Amino acid sequence: MTPNLAIFFVLAALTVLGAISLILQRHPIHSALSLIVVMVALAGLYLSMGAEFVAAVQIIVYGGAIMVLFVFVIMLLNAGVEERTNASKLAGIAGIPLAVALLGFMAVVIARSNESSQAGLQSGVLASTKEISMMLFREFVYPFELTSFLILVAILGAIVLAQREKS
Amino acid sequence: MSAFLNTYATIIIDLVKIALLLFIVLTVNAYLTWFERKVVAHMQTRWGPHRVGPHGLLQPLADGAKFLLKEDPTPAGVDKFTYFLAPLMALALALTSIAIIPFGPEPLHIFGHEVSLGITNLNIGILALFAITALSVYGVALAGWSSNSKYPLLGGLRSSAQMVSYELSLTMSVVGVLLMAGSFNLREIISAQAHRPELGIFGWNVWPQILGFFCFFVAAVAETNRVPFDLPEAESELVAGFHTEYASFKFAMFFIAEYTSMITVSCLCAIMFFGGWLSPFPASWTFTHYLPSVILIPFGLWVIWDGIRYETIFGRIVLPGVGTAITAIGAVLIAFPAVNEFIQGPFWLLAKIFTFLFVYVWMRGTLPRFRYDQLMSFGWKLLLPVSIANVVITAFVILMRGVR
Repeated sequence: MTPNLAIFFVLAALTVLGAISLILQRHPIHSALSLIVVMVALAGLYLSMGAEFVAAVQIIVYGGAIMVLFVFVIMLLNAGVEERTNASKLAGIAGIPLAVALLGFMAVVIARSNESSQAGLQSGVLASTKEISMMLFREFVYPFELTSFLILVAILGAIVLAQREKS
Repeated sequence: MSAFLNTYATIIIDLVKIALLLFIVLTVNAYLTWFERKVVAHMQTRWGPHRVGPHGLLQPLADGAKFLLKEDPTPAGVDKFTYFLAPLMALALALTSIAIIPFGPEPLHIFGHEVSLGITNLNIGILALFAITALSVYGVALAGWSSNSKYPLLGGLRSSAQMVSYELSLTMSVVGVLLMAGSFNLREIISAQAHRPELGIFGWNVWPQILGFFCFFVAAVAETNRVPFDLPEAESELVAGFHTEYASFKFAMFFIAEYTSMITVSCLCAIMFFGGWLSPFPASWTFTHYLPSVILIPFGLWVIWDGIRYETIFGRIVLPGVGTAITAIGAVLIAFPAVNEFIQGPFWLLAKIFTFLFVYVWMRGTLPRFRYDQLMSFGWKLLLPVSIANVVITAFVILMRGVR
């Protein structure tokens, strides 16, 4: 086993364990902590593929800013230990078959994919910040600007909602 | 044995470098507390620590022993896992960030191996630092939450709100520097400031990026929870803020983390805005290379002079010894020009780092604490717009000049 593969398996295990722990933890803060582990492990996976910029942004934006907001809100509301209910029968009946179906579907897609479709994962292609900027601001400039517009609308919506509360 | 050494030379060198840097950083931390107490005391016309050792120089050792030997009670009702995780996280992240700082331009040659000063040389250096900073808020926030106590909770809340607010300005304020250097790499940011060696001090980023420097320094002080932004541990309102319920070495871990991040911020200021290891004098002024000796020798002689008149016998033995060592180092630098050339870069970087650490302490001795609403409106309404304006202006000027 090469060191790279070993690192991949460690990070992948961390990601999956973090995700499972996120669901199983009883306390919101512990769930949030598990989610931070998932985010950081994902960043490590990006890093092992050579996408340094994406890895750093993953930690700064998701691991840092967004999760700090989560933790902040949980602390502010002083959310206690959650109670377990078995209310959702639909999830109990349909959940496991759907999960199996999803896993099977993904496995088929991955098994069918050939060498050419994996080219995007080659290290170095997404590595440099320059390449990413070129892609964002030349090839995908319209989707990029549309996304920014969407975020702007969401910010305005948040402000409007907060203002209505006040008056 | 030698074959083993040759195969794993790079790993061994890295491990030794990490151990050495850890030792140096922790020692500097300890003496930073002494320095801070002394400087603040003299600003308030007091003497500061002066009982343990000559001039209180052994005070950090006494503090360390006290931290280790104190009782370490765990308060009732704490969230055990998070309570123990928080100080570990704060300390580990603060120490990790030092690994990215480069300390000198030239690699050292030991037994035929090149040893660069600094542990790693990342392409995304500054981004990696911001990633670590982004995570370091959890140490404080979780400590506040897990203590199961009012004041720490308020401190943790304040801290996370403050970090979210000031991190934006912190990141935006360095974009100007990144645009001018065209790289995230700290070494390349420094060499971009040396493109015209005859300019010396006027080639540094701080002149075109004076707005960026202002925003960066203010935001960085806020990120390190230092005066005037130490709301999370405001002792007049919150007892001691997020670390109220921590005792003994767990408290010391928060303390070390805070001082380490002060050092990191000082390094970053020096590297990004003040030319890192570049000399402030034009490159043709080679006589300025004797400046380290010119500073060290008189300082060493003064320490000897001060030491022989010291009131305790212990001081009369130790201080002249230290003074002799300092003078000897200065003399060695004159005697061996190769060593002197090598020391130039680290000397200037350390001098700049020390200056910023002094500014930190100076602010603590001078400025009152912000009120919380002032803190928020300052961050969002002044710092963020100014740092964004700085990015726009810098980008515009670079576009007009057609550089890169």
